[in-house]
Amino acid sequence: MPKIIQKEYKTVESITGPIMIVGSVEGVKYDEIVEVEVPGEKEPRMGKVLEVSEGRAVVQMFTPTTGSQIKDTKVRFRGETLKIGVSKDILGRIFTGGGKVLDGGSEIIPEKKINIGGAPINPFSRQYPNDFIQTGISAIDVMNTLVRGQKLPIFSGAGLPHNRLAAQIARQAKVTTGEEFAIVFATMGVTFEEAEYFKKEFEKTGALSRSVLFLNTAADPVVERVATPRFALTVAEYLAFERDMHVLVILTDMTNYAEALREISSARKEVPGRRGYPGYLYTDFSTIYERAGRIKGRNGTITQIPILTMPDDDKTHPIPDLTGYITEGQFIVSRELNTKGIYPPVDVQGSLSRLWSAGVGENKTRGDHAQLKDQLYASYAQGKETRELAVVLGESSLDETDKAHLKFADAYEQEFLRQDEYKERTIAESLDIGWKLLKLLPRESLKRVKPEMIEKYMA
Amino acid sequence: MEQEHSTGSIKRITGPLVQASGMQGAKMYEVVKVSKEKLLGEIIELDGDVASIQVYEETGGIGPGEPVYRTGKTMSVELGPGLLESVYDGIQRPLKAIREQSNSHFITRGIEAHGIDRMKKWIFKPVAKMGDAVSEGDILGEVEETTLITHKIMVPFGVSGTLEEIKEGSFVVEDTVAAIKTANGNVPVSMIQYWPIRKPRPTKGKIFPDEPMITGGRSIDTFFPIVKGGAGCIPGPFGAGKTVTQQSIAKYCDAQVIVYIGCGERGNEMTEVLDEFPHLIDPNSGEPLMKRTILIANTSNMPVAAREASIYTGITIAEYYRDMGYSVALMADSTSRWAEAMREISGRMEEMPGEEGYPAYLASRTAEFYERAGSVICLGSDGRKGALTAIGAVSPPGGDLSEPVSQSTLRVTKCFWGLDGSLAYKKHFPSINWLSSYSLYVDNIKQYWRDHVANDYPEVRVSAMELLQNEAKLLEIVRLVGMEALSNEEKLTIEIARSIREDFLFQNAFDVDDAYTPPKTQYEILKSIMSVYREGLAAITSGEFEFSDFKALDTIKNLGTLKNIKTDAEFEAFRKKAHEEIAQLTVPA
Repeated sequence: MPKIIQKEYKTVESITGPIMIVGSVEGVKYDEIVEVEVPGEKEPRMGKVLEVSEGRAVVQMFTPTTGSQIKDTKVRFRGETLKIGVSKDILGRIFTGGGKVLDGGSEIIPEKKINIGGAPINPFSRQYPNDFIQTGISAIDVMNTLVRGQKLPIFSGAGLPHNRLAAQIARQAKVTTGEEFAIVFATMGVTFEEAEYFKKEFEKTGALSRSVLFLNTAADPVVERVATPRFALTVAEYLAFERDMHVLVILTDMTNYAEALREISSARKEVPGRRGYPGYLYTDFSTIYERAGRIKGRNGTITQIPILTMPDDDKTHPIPDLTGYITEGQFIVSRELNTKGIYPPVDVQGSLSRLWSAGVGENKTRGDHAQLKDQLYASYAQGKETRELAVVLGESSLDETDKAHLKFADAYEQEFLRQDEYKERTIAESLDIGWKLLKLLPRESLKRVKPEMIEKYMA
Repeated sequence: MEQEHSTGSIKRITGPLVQASGMQGAKMYEVVKVSKEKLLGEIIELDGDVASIQVYEETGGIGPGEPVYRTGKTMSVELGPGLLESVYDGIQRPLKAIREQSNSHFITRGIEAHGIDRMKKWIFKPVAKMGDAVSEGDILGEVEETTLITHKIMVPFGVSGTLEEIKEGSFVVEDTVAAIKTANGNVPVSMIQYWPIRKPRPTKGKIFPDEPMITGGRSIDTFFPIVKGGAGCIPGPFGAGKTVTQQSIAKYCDAQVIVYIGCGERGNEMTEVLDEFPHLIDPNSGEPLMKRTILIANTSNMPVAAREASIYTGITIAEYYRDMGYSVALMADSTSRWAEAMREISGRMEEMPGEEGYPAYLASRTAEFYERAGSVICLGSDGRKGALTAIGAVSPPGGDLSEPVSQSTLRVTKCFWGLDGSLAYKKHFPSINWLSSYSLYVDNIKQYWRDHVANDYPEVRVSAMELLQNEAKLLEIVRLVGMEALSNEEKLTIEIARSIREDFLFQNAFDVDDAYTPPKTQYEILKSIMSVYREGLAAITSGEFEFSDFKALDTIKNLGTLKNIKTDAEFEAFRKKAHEEIAQLTVPA
């Protein structure tokens, strides 16, 4: 593999957690890849340079430092940054979180090798997201439409079915305009069972053939997790901007990612920010999330759904908080709906797709979409308010309009939000269910939809 | 130029921070070029012959021993015709030029680009005459930069003497257009100037600001107004509408020049501004908004050191237009990201951290920034006035204002528009909380209001705000015992306060008709709502009275249509009808 003879160093000075300090080095560059050969091991361990000064390099290892030693360990600096080889054959393949082939197949013959760090898209070259992605889920497609080029995270909590939701989105998502569509799926620090679940789901439903999977599990090295989303996004950028595909990137779970970052930061003895996370967590997140988008003159798009579990369902925890400041809205998974047995338990009121209006309307979804969504939102909000009122004052105190709204709220949850995990609804089907439910309400309370729409869809 | 200065050599690299030795004689904040790739950087600390440099581009692949070239210049911006309508990164490189030079849609490094186009010709019209005695800040000539703004070419700072020569005609920015004979010889003057970004541009002094900056936003202009030359902040959790509020101020405010800094925020948001501003028409002039706008876009994933600089780049450009005698508004979205950039650099320099890891100088840097706003007498013998209004968004973690960036901002800004996550959740926009927000400029502009809008504007405003205060208290009671327990007077308070919230404060920034309301109309709407309250109060307390009769009035139902009214006569008619209807209520059947 090495084309030129590289200098080997046996000058490891110290090892702390994932951080290794190498002395007496020469010509080492910032951010380059490091191979560490531990005596008695065949495969070298990998790392990268985090800091370099004259005669001393701080190396962050991607593999655990367990068993490595100061004496006799050989260190080689590769003179290049971390790269991944890509070609169109990458579709249908499964890799580790560190970019190694995991499915037992052959190595990818790379068309080119790309630095996984990526570069920021010039804001001048960006194109505003437009047109939608159909996920086949009413709560998303109608209420918080996902737009191509958007980054829209799922905020979930421990014990909630975000993995099932993610798998369902991955199975069903498509663009309705018939262009090529691909999924890049990356897991970070999930359990073995979850990783197997995803793998099986992709294989079982045939979604694998249009997907690329990067699987880092809880048993895999913590620091590898920091590279996993970057491998995934580099592949996504290749598929979108060089192969004209619409790519949906699903990253789960960003909470584990942030924790890996914290672990490295603390091993480096950096000054911590909030809750021990490094002060640059926001900037680091942005170098992942901002890799979604559209570029002028290119047909492909990158849409991102990062998934994170909010510690103790707390939206103000640094991970969801900083994510929310970068992403264009969020889906919130509701514990309340989940307890009621409603799947998918998407909290319609707390969720928000900032770009939804760019994805709906005539020629995209349907002309009635925007009005219908507003009406469903308003009526459901009123229904829920009535439900609370009924608890305090009793149902007998409600008037007819209130009762109708109460009934509507229940029906909305049961018929509109609730959806079988393997049932895909087209956008037209979802919208029609919405109209059907509006029949439960008196005409005069439908203020958000124009009378001609009512004529057309409720007759 | 580089040969004149010695070169140093890199000792240590950690992310955007590079330390170099052999830098004796270097200045603080001197611009340097790092490595053979000539990455742009700035010296931020000197220790013996070792300089710490923050590098504005990615540093991957750079190693110790590589050269650091000095330039002898401190970090400066280029000032001259051609700034307007530009889109820059944090260190004034035009994003368009970066794309053309790199031939890539991604930001690559090592690109050098002038902030101002050197090839474009401008028509220079002299204002001063040969033989005139001129001093710093005096206007020598004018250039029509866009259809909206006439660019004034001023005598550079520190130059005074007699005008030896002045030309007229078409020139590029670097051509000499005038020469001034000074005590130290002839000084040629071109249309371009340089100014170090961290140093405020001098003026003859600040003056007391007494004119409001009209934004067309009802909750801002009427309830929490800002003055031309004031400083304001917009804190709020994510999703509360900081960017939408900033953008609507940038669109509709009556400042003549807008500098919009997208500091560490979303790429798509900058694209939205770029797409929208060339097509949106300024309600004050009828021209596209872009013609008065300068954008600085340093998105969150662009190099963090350039984010730190972007705020200074923006405010220096804003000051330059202020010096021409214009009223300039600067929007910074978001100053929290700027503070985080400072924190990141400070951490890498291993400085002793202050609160939450922010450097101890966070408060003083924030204060310095907002102090560059103000209403001033500009340099120059004509005594012209200029104003620079600075509005910064703050993104407090979890919406908690006790954090250091919010606190250091609140100490130096006099306008506080607190965005409220719970209002946003209820889809009440702008989500400016009417109870916690404040403006300390109300007294400054009372006289202006009385002279230009209506004599009783301040009083109408105060009574409306009182009503909202009372509503908040009453709603607590309602939550416990229900609406029926309230007296008629209290029910009226709730009814009218609801109308103030829904029919006056609620404003749709995306509805072209609703987004901008002139001050006079704002006054008329509020006045009409309050007159219903005043007259209603007299009626319903005059004896036994069924409140639902009052609620059933057409007047009450029509309160929501007030914001569609355009003419004074219609407002008069509304109030007349309200008066009659309410009077009718107390006539015994």
